[in-house]
Amino acid sequence: MEVGTDWYLVLSAILFSIGAVGLLIRRNPLVMFMCVELMLNAVNVSFVAMGAELNDVSGQVAVFFVLVVAAVEVVVGLALVVAVNRRRQRATADDISVLRG
Amino acid sequence: MLGQLPTPPVETPDVVWSALSPILALAVGAILLIMFRSIVKRMPEEYDATLTMLVGPVTVLAMWIVGGLVGTDVPLADLRDDVGEPAFYIGLALVLIVSALFVKALEIGFDAAFTVGVGLVSFAATVVVWQQHFRAQPITEEEFLAGVAPDFGGPIAAFGTQYGVDGFALVFGGVIALAVVLSALLFDDYLRREGIDGAEMYVLLMLSAAGGLIMAGSNDLIVLFLGLETLSIAVYVMAAMHTKRTESLESGLKYFILGAFSSAFLLYGMAMIYGATGSLNLVGIRIYLESVIILDNAMLLAGFALLLVGLGFKVAAVPFHAWTPDVYQGAPTPVVAFMASAVKAAAFAALVRVFYLAFIDFRDDWQPVIYAMAVLTLLVGAFLAIVQRDAKRMLAYSSIGHAGFILVGVQAATERGVASVVFYAAAYTFMVVGSFGVLSVVSGRGDRASSLDDLNGLNRRSPVLAFALTLFLLGQAGVPLTTGFVAKFEVLSAAVDARSYWLAVIAMISAVVSAFLYLRIVLSMYLGTVDEDAEPISVHPTAALAIGVALVLTIGFGLVPGPIDQLANDAILALAG
Repeated sequence: MEVGTDWYLVLSAILFSIGAVGLLIRRNPLVMFMCVELMLNAVNVSFVAMGAELNDVSGQVAVFFVLVVAAVEVVVGLALVVAVNRRRQRATADDISVLRG
Repeated sequence: MLGQLPTPPVETPDVVWSALSPILALAVGAILLIMFRSIVKRMPEEYDATLTMLVGPVTVLAMWIVGGLVGTDVPLADLRDDVGEPAFYIGLALVLIVSALFVKALEIGFDAAFTVGVGLVSFAATVVVWQQHFRAQPITEEEFLAGVAPDFGGPIAAFGTQYGVDGFALVFGGVIALAVVLSALLFDDYLRREGIDGAEMYVLLMLSAAGGLIMAGSNDLIVLFLGLETLSIAVYVMAAMHTKRTESLESGLKYFILGAFSSAFLLYGMAMIYGATGSLNLVGIRIYLESVIILDNAMLLAGFALLLVGLGFKVAAVPFHAWTPDVYQGAPTPVVAFMASAVKAAAFAALVRVFYLAFIDFRDDWQPVIYAMAVLTLLVGAFLAIVQRDAKRMLAYSSIGHAGFILVGVQAATERGVASVVFYAAAYTFMVVGSFGVLSVVSGRGDRASSLDDLNGLNRRSPVLAFALTLFLLGQAGVPLTTGFVAKFEVLSAAVDARSYWLAVIAMISAVVSAFLYLRIVLSMYLGTVDEDAEPISVHPTAALAIGVALVLTIGFGLVPGPIDQLANDAILALAG
């Protein structure tokens, strides 16, 4: 059985869904960041697979930009979690609820 | 051996540096400021920021002189020729001296002064690029013979085919640069009041604005993504900057998680578009969509939907608005002023750019979706604003409602619709900066007094602030003689032009509902009771200047909407390359 581009796209869709669902149901900000990372890397799989299918380099190049942006997001996200944790010992998304309407 | 192999020539993009100068000014300004302030931690007490703020005008002057030397058209050249060179330069010097005295009276801090200067440089650079490349009149015969290129209104491929400078990008760039200036003035008051040291806020402000300018002119989906992230990541940190307040941290974290979530959707949409069309470049996408009949367009439609989700989050369109009230309530008020003005404007610029330019041939597929989003956004924004108790939360819902109005213009997908989006975004920027500026001053230390009850009887405590907020709220309600009225009129007539009659009706209903809300606040400011011992509010000169400028722009262009209307119509959207 040959593994074609479709397989990679399906894999990417599954990974993206796992990330999206995880972000919605998990309550720990750190795990939520991991889910965002999973979503971004799922997109990377799509980009690479499509780039290979189209025989076009811009798909692979896009991945580098996405990787850099993902790294930057983690830096900012972890800094925010540290800042929140300084104020309060436990930090789950449910404890962070001063703001509500 | 390896060294002798012939290497294929690397294609480098043609870069038009002058067209990129508005972005470079902001980015370089930010880097210079953080480098300087990491060496000089604390400015000496007796330091006077007057000279710093004059960096802007002096640079502009230098640009003019250099421009005059290399023989290109300089702004005010006609005036210079009319009054003669000596008189012209003496006049400029007088303007500088008068503004120096004015700045001295502001008592502005170094960082804010620097940021205001950089914002003004970026704005001036935008004006210069506009004048040089988007001349109001077609070129004359002599100019043509002299070799001036007749590229009237044409876009500049500023960075290969990745970044295009057109009228649309320039107008949004100018609006964002002015938003930086006004926000920096508000920051100066706020940060000193809250005792937050350091230049980080201003650095992030400038970097974020640079990202906004990149978004407004991006000609490539990846460039759009990079601009969006530069803009957003800086704003996440700005929202959480007041680390002593739990609300501020919480709003930063919420904004970050939902923002990152939406960027992932946006990116997945880009991957889908890439897979369906084989290109990330807007020109490539458009050419492909024009020339190829797509039989199975599921992937393309999924791409549209995911892109709309991602950009819908950024512009706070319903159903992707959930973060807006929390973040606007918790973040420092001047940051909210920037978020509601520049961030929203940049996101709308990107939305129009991608959908109107690249996907115009598939407008039958995406117009109904934007129609539905506009209806929901208008209604949710208007009706949920009424039940709020907190002034910032109320303005957050009202800002959602305004996003609905702009979506009405986007939905039209005509040239007139694009012009109305430009007009509305520019008009709303100044109204919202002014409104949040007043709130920032009224709510006082720690943003404690931000409930709507705290606005009761504001007229007794500070008649000027009450008057200013009244005009801003009337402007947002769309009362004639303010820019808000003209903006709403433009958007609605664009919708009627595009035969979206029901959408126009819903927009009017939503306008009436929110007008009721604004008038209620105005009444409580003038008729509400206030404690006898309530202190009068003192306004710091910098905040007063920001509110004053926003007020003048809102009322001035409301009385004389011609120039900004002309600008919006000249803001031609085009693909470069």
